[in-house]
Amino acid sequence: MAAKKLQIALYWGAACGGCDVAVLDTNEFILDVAALADIRLWPIAVDGKYEDVEAMADGELDLTFFNGAVRNSENEHLAKLLRRKSKLLVAFGSCAHMGGIPGLANLTNREAIFSSIYLQNPSIEPGNKKIPHPETCLDDHVLELPQFYKRVYKLADIVPVDYFLPGCPPAPEQVKLSILALAGGKLPSKGSTIGAAERNVCDDCQRSKSEKKIKRFYRPYEIIQDPEKCLLEQGIVCMGPVTRSGCGVRCPESGMGCRGCYGPAPDVLDQGTKFISALGAIIDSKDPKEIAAIISGLPDLTSTLYRFGLPASFLQRSLKS
Amino acid sequence: MSFEPRILGILCNWCSYAGADLAGTSRIHYPPNIRIIRVMCSARVDPTFVVKALVSGADGVLICGCHPGDCHYSEGNYKTMRRIPLLKKVLTDLGVEDDRVRLEWISASEGQRFADIVKDMTERIRALGPSRISAELNVDPREK
Repeated sequence: MAAKKLQIALYWGAACGGCDVAVLDTNEFILDVAALADIRLWPIAVDGKYEDVEAMADGELDLTFFNGAVRNSENEHLAKLLRRKSKLLVAFGSCAHMGGIPGLANLTNREAIFSSIYLQNPSIEPGNKKIPHPETCLDDHVLELPQFYKRVYKLADIVPVDYFLPGCPPAPEQVKLSILALAGGKLPSKGSTIGAAERNVCDDCQRSKSEKKIKRFYRPYEIIQDPEKCLLEQGIVCMGPVTRSGCGVRCPESGMGCRGCYGPAPDVLDQGTKFISALGAIIDSKDPKEIAAIISGLPDLTSTLYRFGLPASFLQRSLKS
Repeated sequence: MSFEPRILGILCNWCSYAGADLAGTSRIHYPPNIRIIRVMCSARVDPTFVVKALVSGADGVLICGCHPGDCHYSEGNYKTMRRIPLLKKVLTDLGVEDDRVRLEWISASEGQRFADIVKDMTERIRALGPSRISAELNVDPREK
């Protein structure tokens, strides 16, 4: 019996390509996907043009995995187009889920970004300093570029999203299980986080945990680690307490603190401020001056707290724009 | 119409709320710009609360607890003493003015001090003007 094949699309917005690699990292399973589904659009791996998507009937696609944040008008156009054409839209990976690493651009503004890339960059020849514009007239032609927005958005800011599959990138095993579940019609309630756990990273971490009291913070290279002991207890910043599990505790088990890519743990509303709450409880000092000195050992605190989720936090962006 | 700051006060049950109560029973005048929530301890103030207040339209947030060493739960206010500077570091990075969030220690006998702090904070925030945090969240700045 030849059932109708699943119609799927995979698309990237403001992304690095790592999410697409995570799909390919399912190894030979990708062949099962090809047998199970028609891949109608996947810019990194298969042919398929925007016009082909525009020609589809609304809802013709069963499933779209959208990775990457929304940074420019092209990302927004495709997000809206694929939303219209897809029965299910999944925000795939940290950028689509929360803004991701590109979301850190919300700490600055468009003018500063353009200036450092197109004007201040030392590799630009002095006579060739130009900021690109959305429209350029050349002879009789108008050349168009996507409009670069003032801010970075998570996918759900632009279109309704059915499911969120977190991770930077999502663990291949979770990608595989999620594809099988969705293809098999096992649909959780709309708006659910899929391919992840209802626990925090510490719940799954095998390191031994006791009372945490720290006098200073260490960057991983500054300390010989105890491989058995909680990283936070050793003064290494680890976002495990406030981060959703499901990743397989890959970072803490290889000696790196959790960076928070799976997003806020269940019941955590804002990953960064919640982690401040945790840090306040474990810093071992009652003297404001000493506290200030300990805190100064945390370089670039804001980017550490919101490494993957500034656009999804309460404040979303810097007011300095 | 002139701008009237809206300030959220989060006060601990044992010292600061009693201090604010004393300001009231002693009939000390202070600006009506503060709305007070009582919590059992300043350590109950998750920094998330402060940020949520700011995005919900507060022009400032005042957190008050017992003086160091006086905490009813021995150590609670020390946690607050560490959390608020961390939070302020983040708020500064995101362009939120320093005066909008303030931590003060107020004992049950310091009604006058409470009134003075509210007055000072109200004037500082009046000088800053309305917070842009919540207004700009709802603007869609994709174009232009």
